[in-house]
Amino acid sequence: MLKKFKINCDEATTICDKSQYGKATLREVLKLRIHFLSCRICALYTKQNNLLSKILNKSKNGKTICSMTEAEKELMRKELESHKGE
Amino acid sequence: MDIENKHILSPDKWIDLHADYLFNYTIARVSKSEIAKDLVQETFLAGLKAMKNFEGKASERTWLIAILKRKIIDYYRKINSTKGKAEVRMNFYSDGENEGDWLEERVPQTWGSDADKGIENEELGAALEACIEKLPEKYSLVFRMKTLQDFETDEICKELEITPSNLWVIIHRARTQLRKCMEDNWFIK
Repeated sequence: MLKKFKINCDEATTICDKSQYGKATLREVLKLRIHFLSCRICALYTKQNNLLSKILNKSKNGKTICSMTEAEKELMRKELESHKGE
Repeated sequence: MDIENKHILSPDKWIDLHADYLFNYTIARVSKSEIAKDLVQETFLAGLKAMKNFEGKASERTWLIAILKRKIIDYYRKINSTKGKAEVRMNFYSDGENEGDWLEERVPQTWGSDADKGIENEELGAALEACIEKLPEKYSLVFRMKTLQDFETDEICKELEITPSNLWVIIHRARTQLRKCMEDNWFIK
């Protein structure tokens, strides 16, 4: 019975990566948890992977709102204007 | 659809209404402001050209974002193809008794207790970007689309003609390499 839940490190880390996108199934997460009991390396990998996701999300969403300067916009406006006739 | 409910395009107002929004959307994904500006510009121009194809089903901004997304993918493709194909290294034993186990030189090292304290750091973002750029072409393309652009799995699969399980293998390898790269270049110097 427990054999069904036994996975190697390659499979474990794949599940971990999937779970970073919320795409791991409950069964997979369970397998991963069981794997942790016997493998501290994968547990560490998972911890670090979670941290990477946190950083990635920060750099994706957390950037301070930046805008273009008025001058840049004006330049763009002119460029757009010049293409309108085409 | 009722004619009154249809969305219309007004290019004269594009820059006032959408330029900042599109710029922010882009900068979060390409991280260089010069390039972001160019992509936004190209998006407006492409929008202008494609105006007659606009059916009014989506809002103006949604429509522009759709064009922008394509521009960003094209950009990823371009930067990736200019680089030499990096050697793909596997992280696990693929045969024999140790199949599926960690390779010794790939085993994660402890990062220290302050590893998650500095995640506000801008340099950290830059280091991560550098590591993403080091990934092999296909890996970084898939990784960026999935992680930074939040594309759905099936969208990416359709776009790049790969299967879902293929996609997860690529994501897996990308993340394993990324972790290693960040460990070498940032967390344990």
